[in-house]
Amino acid sequence: MKDTHMQNSKISAKGVQVYYGDNHAIKDVDVEIADKTVTAFIGPSGCGKSTFLRCLNRMNDTIDICRVTGEIKIDNEDIYNPKVDPVQLRAKVGMVFQKPNPFPKSIYDNVAYGPKIHGLARNKAELDEIVENALRKAALWNEAKDRLNSPGTGLSGGQQQRLCIARAIATAPEILLMDEPCSALDPIATAQVEELIDELRQSFSVVIVTHSMQQAARVSQKTAFFHLGNLVEYDDTTKIFTNPEDPRTESYISGRIG
Amino acid sequence: MTHKSLLKVDARTKKRNAAEKRFKTYGFAAIIVSMLALVTLLTSVIGTGASAFKQTYATVTVQLPEDKLDKSGVRDIDVMKKVTTIGYAKILNQGLTDTVAATGIATELSTKDIGGMLSKEAAATIRDHILANPDLIGQEVTLDLLMNGRTDGYFKGRVTMESAALDSNTSPEELALAQALADADIVHTKFNWAFLTNPDASDQRPEAAGLGVAILGSLYMMIIVLVVSLPIGVAASIYLEEFAPKNRWTDLIEVNISNLAAVPSIVYGILGLAIFINFMEFNQSSPLVGGLVLSLMTLPRIIIPARAALKSVPPSIRDAALGVGASKMQSLFHHVLPLAAPGILTGVIIGLGQALGETAPLLLIGMVAFVREYPAAYTPDAGLFGEASTALPVQVFNWTQRADPGFVERASGAIITLLIFLLIMNAVTIFLRRKFERRW
Repeated sequence: MKDTHMQNSKISAKGVQVYYGDNHAIKDVDVEIADKTVTAFIGPSGCGKSTFLRCLNRMNDTIDICRVTGEIKIDNEDIYNPKVDPVQLRAKVGMVFQKPNPFPKSIYDNVAYGPKIHGLARNKAELDEIVENALRKAALWNEAKDRLNSPGTGLSGGQQQRLCIARAIATAPEILLMDEPCSALDPIATAQVEELIDELRQSFSVVIVTHSMQQAARVSQKTAFFHLGNLVEYDDTTKIFTNPEDPRTESYISGRIG
Repeated sequence: MTHKSLLKVDARTKKRNAAEKRFKTYGFAAIIVSMLALVTLLTSVIGTGASAFKQTYATVTVQLPEDKLDKSGVRDIDVMKKVTTIGYAKILNQGLTDTVAATGIATELSTKDIGGMLSKEAAATIRDHILANPDLIGQEVTLDLLMNGRTDGYFKGRVTMESAALDSNTSPEELALAQALADADIVHTKFNWAFLTNPDASDQRPEAAGLGVAILGSLYMMIIVLVVSLPIGVAASIYLEEFAPKNRWTDLIEVNISNLAAVPSIVYGILGLAIFINFMEFNQSSPLVGGLVLSLMTLPRIIIPARAALKSVPPSIRDAALGVGASKMQSLFHHVLPLAAPGILTGVIIGLGQALGETAPLLLIGMVAFVREYPAAYTPDAGLFGEASTALPVQVFNWTQRADPGFVERASGAIITLLIFLLIMNAVTIFLRRKFERRW
């Protein structure tokens, strides 16, 4: 049990390198992500924070020229082991994307899709229950309960994003990755989603990539600062924002670089 | 810099506005020209072809003497078959002459000339009728029989008294008699179902020629094209777009597919002749070979739009599906394909439409042959779709080469039929597109 130097580590990355063709996008990143916490990745555009996030559920596999080396363990299992099927991994590690991307189907079908393909429900009643729970957790139930059969694409931007969150949590993942989930939303919808993230912490490990430092400060317990593909600093959020160790972190959070 | 008054348009802006206006005018003119071309085409085709859907018949009462039609006296079919159409033609000549006499119309034409106003096909019609119903012998029957092409042309305005005077196949006297018979309700014009159901007829009897065999042949070929090129084309485009690695080989395949779509269709005919007829020894003129050749031709024309349709599905949908743990297949079949279906469908129907109207490759594999027998979909001898047939566009090509002016009308009528089939196919596509798209 040599990985237990952090109390309840969920994800453990060591020496991760990512290349897009000849471009070295992530340089030797080590990080330990704790269970049942919100971890924020911040940094200027192109610093590699989204790329690193997409390594955690192997979404980078879909990009032909992308190559990942190093070791990423979830619950002490190497997710880049050839025996690991990315499909199974992604059921355990859910993802919410930058732009709300509901399926062009009904609200119900959007949420029910994951449980259906993973066989989580034995009958319609169970499926209904999963859908209702997911929508409740995503704080969308009250708005959507009367229109479950209307198209998900007909919702407002903020509702669509919460629908995507509901869809992600309906498959009962253990980790939830969020890639700038609020960048396409207005401040009110953003506040709703942030509130939601804080509640999701009870049940999931949440890793969120964000451009907004205020958002990172509001929702996360741990913050990692990426710059030019390097993980510059990783610590408690309060420490990063009040007393950063690295001068680059300091410059970024005070608005001098980025 | 200070701007001048906004109430005055400066020279530069004027120039730009004029350029915009000119451009709009060019576009509008282009549309007008193409509309005019379309209207001209349709009026000329419908103008000459619509009359093919009407046909002139004479209601003739014929005596069927036993001594001439059944020498055995016991309705022995084999003996009755010895009476040829020439024998029946004589009876018809007499029958029409009697009918004329019965109406009290005076004419100086001989019995033979009066009977000559009927189509040569009429004798075959009555012969088939009698052989099918031998009991009618000895009685008199009243039948609707085809008039010949010239008389038919007279009622359609194609033949006039002046042109008949110069024509060895008819005479002004015959036309005058035909007009008198029409006034007496013996000769009449009705909708020509036979045009859609009859097989082709020989050079001398355009009035009997129909599209039955051609429609059947085209239908068989469309079935083959659909069954062969739809699954292969869609599967190939899915593989190339979703699964194939991007390397030099797939680039090569891609370039070749684009090139194949541009290969002249007659080249596919040569290919079909070499592979399907000379090497695999399928039957010449068969819808099987025609359908396979057209399938080869249609494949790239389905693959290219199908790939474009797949490419146009937003990547966010794929991400979303993969993100909830769907496999590649699941994301493809549950999300990507339904969204790409309308586009794929459009490609398929356009491909089928082109195949339906394609003539050149079919000429090379012998579908230009004169075929009177309806091809069966399956026979033990010829196999599936193996019986000789012809096709709609080839029939048009065939008829335009014939000398008798009656075939001009038939060819245009066949074009109208072809266009109607295309319209039906397009309507089906639009209907299916709507149906798929209604799932939002």
